[in-house]
Amino acid sequence: MRKSYSILAIGAILAIVLTACGTAAPAPAPETVTKVETVVVEVTSSAPVVVAPTGYGVTLKAVMERGNLICGVNSQVPGFGYVDANGNFAGIDVDYCRALAAAIFGDPTKVEFRPVTAAERFTALQSGEIDILSRNTTWSLVRDTELGGNFVHTTFYDGQGMMVPKDSGIATLQDLEGGTVCVQTGTTTELNLADVMASLGVTYTPAVFEDADATFAAYAEGRCDAVTTDKSGLVSRRSVLPDPANHVILDVTMSKEPLGPMVRHGDDQWFDIAQWTVFALFSGEEFGITSANVDDMRASATAPEVRRMLGLEGDLGLKLGLTNDFAYNVIKMVGNYEEVYNRNLGPDTPTYIPRGYNSLYTDGGLLYSPPFR
Amino acid sequence: MQLERKRETAIPFWRDERILKILGQIVFALLVLIVGALIYQNMQAGLAKQGISLSYSFLNGVSGFDLAESAFPYDRNSTYWQAFLAGLLNTLSVGVAGIVFSTILGVILGVARLSTNFIVNRLATFYLELIRNLSLLVFLIFWYLGVFLKLPRVKDAVVWPGDIILTNRGVGIPWGIPTASFPTFRLILLGGLIVAIIVFFALRAYSKRTGRAPLTLLWSLLAFAFVAVAGWFLLPVKPLTLDLTFVKGLNLSGGKILSPEFLALTSGLVLYTAAFIGEVVRAGIQSVSKGQVEASRALGLNSFQTLRLIVFPQALRVIIPPLTSQYLNLVKNSSLAIAVGYPDVFYVSNTILNQTGRAVEMISLVMLTYLMFSLLTSVLMNWYNQRIKLVER
Repeated sequence: MRKSYSILAIGAILAIVLTACGTAAPAPAPETVTKVETVVVEVTSSAPVVVAPTGYGVTLKAVMERGNLICGVNSQVPGFGYVDANGNFAGIDVDYCRALAAAIFGDPTKVEFRPVTAAERFTALQSGEIDILSRNTTWSLVRDTELGGNFVHTTFYDGQGMMVPKDSGIATLQDLEGGTVCVQTGTTTELNLADVMASLGVTYTPAVFEDADATFAAYAEGRCDAVTTDKSGLVSRRSVLPDPANHVILDVTMSKEPLGPMVRHGDDQWFDIAQWTVFALFSGEEFGITSANVDDMRASATAPEVRRMLGLEGDLGLKLGLTNDFAYNVIKMVGNYEEVYNRNLGPDTPTYIPRGYNSLYTDGGLLYSPPFR
Repeated sequence: MQLERKRETAIPFWRDERILKILGQIVFALLVLIVGALIYQNMQAGLAKQGISLSYSFLNGVSGFDLAESAFPYDRNSTYWQAFLAGLLNTLSVGVAGIVFSTILGVILGVARLSTNFIVNRLATFYLELIRNLSLLVFLIFWYLGVFLKLPRVKDAVVWPGDIILTNRGVGIPWGIPTASFPTFRLILLGGLIVAIIVFFALRAYSKRTGRAPLTLLWSLLAFAFVAVAGWFLLPVKPLTLDLTFVKGLNLSGGKILSPEFLALTSGLVLYTAAFIGEVVRAGIQSVSKGQVEASRALGLNSFQTLRLIVFPQALRVIIPPLTSQYLNLVKNSSLAIAVGYPDVFYVSNTILNQTGRAVEMISLVMLTYLMFSLLTSVLMNWYNQRIKLVER
């Protein structure tokens, strides 16, 4: 037995050497030729080749192997990321995570929500504890560079506001002269507050707290004259204050706060997947595709871009490393941007925020998706 | 005899206990070094993988945030270093105030626990048992949200006798403002200190010579107080004028304003640590054998002298080591300031960490700071312990 094996092995080696030399060796040829053929077939059958730098594709591979997506979210801001009365995560940032899971797995439940505080969010992303950060995070240069992350796209255009008790008589920021302002630590809000007050020449004392719950609890107790955070945050937190009707949000916008998901540096494929999931939500609304009519649209759509987006034409999904029906899954299982928005921030919710800048460009807003092509 | 010795020298080194012990030490030290190097390399590799380099130079950058409390002028144009320093000083002020007040309260509690008065005794016991079995974090949050934030709002401020203003923005107490004659008064105080030191050493020499035990410290303090009071009244212009706190606009102004965060943290720490110190003091006093007290009474010392000269010096030897660890606990526990929003060193470092994303640098800096605080406290307490230790002959 052994002898026959070694003879075979010698034969194989000889064959390889011979073919490598390029001499015609008809007898053992079939074996080697089939080998070469399979290799060639594998190459041609794989997805369109993309020049891949190191780190490219590692996140998707890890997520696929794990079988679920780990998403860093907020658990304290109703409408954006919080735990509802039934103990489920809900909110616009949370639904984005579900959309991403639907795009990857075709199953929006394959996502693990990991609540992170403002303070620990970037470390959690850097260290790989979470795959993506979707936690009303403001896009800024430092975060885009030094903190080792890439902002995917703005999913909510916000601005910093100031909330005061109705009976305080405060109408402008200047009225806060000598007052105290409650603010949460580790946020751009904290820095904007210092910037704006310094430029207005208003002296004030900050009362700084660890998380949103502590900040608003202190405000409710009258520890401070005003509380500041993103306007969306003010609206959502006002809904859970003891007496929401007694608090007004001042008509001033202290900063630009583009909020959106963030991924780690170094994996462009993952960045693309995250970004085009956002665009799928936008385009869904633009083309009038909803979770209710997406099946009909897929059956009868004639517009080429809709057909491409839903995976009926071309292989856009494969280029991202996903399946061709990723956008179909997103809209079928989570809905388009409008559905997601209305579910969390619409007129029927206690956290109603008018759409304003967060409308499609066709309605005078800022939501604009590049073409699915 | 000779045969035995021969056999002893013939023991091979791998069975020689002395050599084995040394070898064991070397192997252990090597293991520690290897593990340490592995951990360090692992950290380096991990950081390199994420494209993060270690550097403390970011501390010279402009912080951009404001602080609620600072011992020196601080605003958004100050550097991260200054923010860190402000936090450090805030921790220090809580630590010092906490140690002083918890010691006073603790000693009272310890003595009360041994009192023969039934009510005093039971009350002290009840307090100790209650507080020692609470979680400190819960206790602090109770003081903050349950007490200091429940004080009246600024517009309904309550004024206590002594011009103390109580609001949920802070408690204002009258405070002295230096006038033109303050520098002279400072010199007088310095003179008082010198007089006090002279009195102290004179009385000690007198005590050594005669064997009597005068109240050295009390007399020294009295000498100092006498000079200070005399200076106060002899100066044509009073060195300090009283500044009262008043409500101005949205907040308090003037005097000394103690923020609710500082008050909650300090009172929580003091009341909590005092319970433990009370037990330490009681244990110390009880450790002095009854025979010592009886002997001193037989020698004709009254009860105060017995306490001062016999019981306390011996009790101190038992009290100091566990007291040191209570002080260390207090300083370390002050990092819970973050729960009540007081900008101590840990809190400020946390803010810097968030704004810069420099986790490894800031955490290492904070750890080093607490290590330094703790070692400093221990060194001082050990030095004191060494001084009062029983001199064995």
